[in-house]
Amino acid sequence: MDMKSLYLLIALSPLVGSVIAGLFGWAIGRRAAHVVTILGVAVSAVLSIGVLKGFLDGSTQVFNAPVYTWLTVGGFEFSVGFLVDSLTAMMLVVVTSVSLMVHIYTIGYMHEDPGYQRFFSYISLFTFSMLMLVMSNNFIQLFFGWEAVGLVSYLLIGFWFKRPTAIFANLKAFLVNRVGDFGFLLGIGLVLAYFGGSLNYSDVFAAAPALASKTIQIIPGVEWSLLTVTCILLFIGAMGKSAQFPLHVWLPDSMEGPTPISALIHAATMVTAGIFMVSRMSPLFEMSDTALNVVMVAGSITALFMGFLGVVQNDIKRVVAYSTLSQLGYMTVALGASAYSVAMFHVMTHAFFKALLFLGAGSVIMGMHHDQDMRNMGGLRKYMPITWITSLLGSLALIGTPFFSGFYSKDSIILAVEHSNLAASGFAYFAVIAGVFVTAFYSFRMYFLVFHGKERWMENHGSHHAHEGDHDDEEPSDDHHHGLGPNDKPHESPWVVTLPLALLAIPSVLIGFFAIHPLVGGEFFNGVIFTNLEAHPGLEAAMHHAHDAMAMGLHAFVTLPFWLAAAGVALAWFFYMKAPHIPAAIKQKFSGVHTLLENKYYMDELYFAVFAKGSRALGTFFWKVGDMLLIDGLLVNGSARLVGSVSRAVRKLQTGFIYSYAAVMIIGVLVLMTYWFKPLILR
Amino acid sequence: MSFQAVVFYVLSLILIVAAFRVVTAKNPVHAALYLVLAFFTASGHWLLLQAEFLAIALVLVYVGAVMVLFLFVVMMLDINIEKLREGFWQNFPLAGTVALVMVAEMLLILSSPEANLAGFQAGPAVAADASNVRELGRQLYTVYLLPFEAAAVVLLVAMVAAIGITMRKRADSKYINPAEQVRVRRNDRVRVVQVQAVKPEVDTASDTNEQQA
Amino acid sequence: MLSLTHFLVLAGILFAISVLGIFLNRKNLIILLMAIELMLLAVNYNFIAFSHYLSDTAGQIFVFFILTVAAAESAIGLAILVVLFRKLDSINVEDLGSLKG
Repeated sequence: MDMKSLYLLIALSPLVGSVIAGLFGWAIGRRAAHVVTILGVAVSAVLSIGVLKGFLDGSTQVFNAPVYTWLTVGGFEFSVGFLVDSLTAMMLVVVTSVSLMVHIYTIGYMHEDPGYQRFFSYISLFTFSMLMLVMSNNFIQLFFGWEAVGLVSYLLIGFWFKRPTAIFANLKAFLVNRVGDFGFLLGIGLVLAYFGGSLNYSDVFAAAPALASKTIQIIPGVEWSLLTVTCILLFIGAMGKSAQFPLHVWLPDSMEGPTPISALIHAATMVTAGIFMVSRMSPLFEMSDTALNVVMVAGSITALFMGFLGVVQNDIKRVVAYSTLSQLGYMTVALGASAYSVAMFHVMTHAFFKALLFLGAGSVIMGMHHDQDMRNMGGLRKYMPITWITSLLGSLALIGTPFFSGFYSKDSIILAVEHSNLAASGFAYFAVIAGVFVTAFYSFRMYFLVFHGKERWMENHGSHHAHEGDHDDEEPSDDHHHGLGPNDKPHESPWVVTLPLALLAIPSVLIGFFAIHPLVGGEFFNGVIFTNLEAHPGLEAAMHHAHDAMAMGLHAFVTLPFWLAAAGVALAWFFYMKAPHIPAAIKQKFSGVHTLLENKYYMDELYFAVFAKGSRALGTFFWKVGDMLLIDGLLVNGSARLVGSVSRAVRKLQTGFIYSYAAVMIIGVLVLMTYWFKPLILR
Repeated sequence: MSFQAVVFYVLSLILIVAAFRVVTAKNPVHAALYLVLAFFTASGHWLLLQAEFLAIALVLVYVGAVMVLFLFVVMMLDINIEKLREGFWQNFPLAGTVALVMVAEMLLILSSPEANLAGFQAGPAVAADASNVRELGRQLYTVYLLPFEAAAVVLLVAMVAAIGITMRKRADSKYINPAEQVRVRRNDRVRVVQVQAVKPEVDTASDTNEQQA
Repeated sequence: MLSLTHFLVLAGILFAISVLGIFLNRKNLIILLMAIELMLLAVNYNFIAFSHYLSDTAGQIFVFFILTVAAAESAIGLAILVVLFRKLDSINVEDLGSLKG
C-alpha cells in the first residue's frame, strides 16, 4: 500500500464509522454503532502508530502532496493535501489513541443515554476532523478541519440539548470561537494576499524570509510589519481554539458536555489545535519577536490566573477544566519562548494525563450517580480503587512529580522560559513558577476532597439542593441523575471505563521519560519545526537538559519547581485533611478575593455586558435604522411611494380629453421639427 | 407673370380663405361647405401640376362622397352650436403662436440653401395627348397591384365597420325576417283543437220567463 | 414661373391653418375631423408637387392611397361620431372624459 492510500485510510476510517453510526444508527442498534466506530478509530490508531514508528526509526519519508482539488477560484486552487511529517505523526498518535480510549470508555459512560449512537457518530466525526486538521498541507484544509472540530465541539457541548445550560454553553463556545476564527481567517487572507498567492505551507514558508521587513498599512499612516500582523492574527485563531486569555471563557462552560467529550475534545486534542497550528507556523512566528511576546503574555496570564480559579471550584469537572486552561497557558508560554518542540511535547503528555484525569473524574461522577459536587464526595478510595490509583497517577503527572511525564514537559517549559530573552519572559517565568504551586494545590485539593477524608455523601445529601444556585452546571432535577441517596454506596465503574484509565495511566507516567530525548533534545522535529536558536535561545537550555532524562529527574529535587509543587501538595493536605476549618476561615477573611475568583474575574459578566449587550444594541440599531428605516422605509416603501407620487403627478397629464392629446401631439411635432432641422432654422 | 402664376395665386388666396373659414365658421354646415370650396381649389391646383386623375378623383370622392357624408351627419345631428362655441377664441393666442411658429419654421426650412429647392425644375413638357390616367392605371395594376388590392380591402372593411358601428335595433320598428318566414312550419301557425260536437241544452223555462218579463 | 417652393409654402400654410383649427375647435368633434381632412390635403399637396417636379408618378400613387385611407377614416370617424351622439346626445369633446387618469 502506498503512503497516500495509507494516510487516506487513517483519515477516512473514522469518517466511515461516523457516517454509519450517525445515519444508520437507528437501524444497526447500539452495539453495532459502537463496534463500527471503535473499529474505524482503531484502524486509524494502529496505522498511526505504524507511521510514528516509521518516523522514529527514520524509515518513513515526509509526505507532502495534494490528494484532491477541492475548488478553483480564479487563479487560486484550493486542494486537499496531506503533509505528514514527524509533527503530524505525533499528533496522529495522540489523537487516535486518546480517541480510541474515549470511544471504549464511552461504552460504559453513556450506557444509559438515549443518544448513544449519535454520540459515537459525533466523536468519530470529531476524530476525522482533527485528523484532517493535523494532516493538512495547506491553510484552507487547516481551516476546514479547524471549523469542523469547532462544529463537533458545538454539537457535543450541547449533546444534552434539553438542558438550557448546555445550549447556552455551546452557543457561547461557538460565538467565542467565532471571534478567534475571524482573526484566523484574516490571517489566512493576509497569507494569501502577500505570501506568493499560495496557501500551501511549503510555498508560504519559502516566501516568508523575503517578506521579513515588509510593512503594511492597516490604519493609514501607521506602518506595521506584515509578519507580525499575520502571526498575531493567526494566533488570535489559536487563542479562540486553545482557550487562551481573553478568549478562554468558553472552555469552563463546555463542561456541560458529557465527560468523555471533555476528555477528548476539551482537554486532549481540539484545544491543542491552536498549539499545533502555531508550531506548524514556527517559520513565520520565528521572524516576529512582537508576535512571540504577545503569545507569551497571553499564555502566562492564562497559565497563572486560570489556575487560581481552579482553587475555588467545587465541581470536579470544573477543577479539571481550569487545570486544562492553565496547562494550555503553559504550552502557549512555551510557544512564546520559541520552544515549539517543548510545547508539542507538553501537548502530548498533557493529552494523556489530562484525558486520564477527565476520564477518572467521569468515573467518579458515575460512581456518585452523576453528582459532580466535590463537597459531597470523600473517601472514595475504598470504593473505587482503580479510579483512585489512576487519578493519583494523573495528578502526580500533572503537578510535575519527577520522572512522571508531566514533569519532563513542564520542566522543559520552565527552563525554556527562564532562558528566553524576550521582553515578556520575566513575567512569564514568574507566572509559570507560581503556576506550579497553584497547580499542585488545586490538583491535590481535588484529590483529597474526592478520594480521602470523610464520606460526606450521606451527611451532605440533605443540603445538596441548597447550593444549587451557586453554579450553573447542576443537573436539573427532572433528569434521571440524582446523586447518591443516603444509603447508597459509590461503586467502581465497569471494565470498559477502568480499562482506558489503566491504558492512559501508562503513558501518563512513562512517556515523558522516553520521549523527551527524541522530541526535545533530539532530531525528531528537525526540518519540521524551525527555531532560530541565536535569536531565541530559550530552547537551548531545555535541549541541553533533555539529553539525559534520568539526570534531569534527579536534578529536579534540588530545583525550585519541585519544592513549590511539594509545598502545594502539603498545603492542600493540611487545609483539606488536617484542618478543614482554615479554608473556610480564609474564605471569610478574604471574601472579596474569593468572590472575585468565584465569579471568574467577572469576565463573563464583562463580555455579556459589552459584547452580548453591545451586539444586541448594534443589532437593534441596524434593525431599526438600517432595516426598518433605510431598507423597508426608504428603499422598499420609498420606491413604491416615489412611483406613486410620480404617477399621481403624471396622471394630471392624462386628462382623457382628446384636445389635450392633440395639443401635446402638435407641440411635439413642432419640437421634433425644430430639433431635426435646427441647422436649417438657426442658420 | 404667366397665366399659370395668376391662376395659382388666385386659387391660393381662395384656398387659404376657405381653409381659414373652415376652422372658424360658426355653423358646421358652413364649415363643411367651405371645405368643399377648399377641395375644389385644391383640385384646380392639382390640375396645374398635371395630376389630372387625382384632381378629378378629389372632386368626385371628396366633394361628391365624403363631404356629402359630412353634411348628412352635420345636418342629422341636433348639435348645440352655442355650447360648442364657448371659449372658442380663448385658445387663439396659443393656437396662433403655434401656427405662426410652424409656418415660420417651415418657411425657414424651405428657403434654406441646404434644402436646395431651386434645384427642382419641372421636367420636360409632356405631350399634349399624354394620358395621366393611363399612366396611373398602368402603375396601379402592375407595380402597385398588391397595395391597390389592400386599399380595396381597407375600403370594404371601413364600409362594413361604419355600418356595423351605427347599426341598431329599434324597438319600435316593424320588420320581417324572410328567413324565418320561409322556414315556418304548419305547426307554428295552426293549432287544431278537438271540440266535442254536442248540442247545448236550451233552457226553455228561462226563455219563457224572459219573455214574460 | 411657378416653382416647387410655391406649392410647398402653400401646403405649409394650409397645414398651419389646420393646426390652428384643431386648437380652436377643441370641443367640436366634427370640425376636428374637417381639420384633419385639411391636414391630409396639405400633405397631398406636397406629394403631388414633388411628383410633378421629379417627373415621377409614384407620388401620385401615394396620394391615391392616402385618399383611400382618408375616406375610410372619415367614414369610420363619422360613424363613431353618430354612435357617440346617440349615446351622449352631444359631440362635445369635454363630455368624453372617461379615459381620465
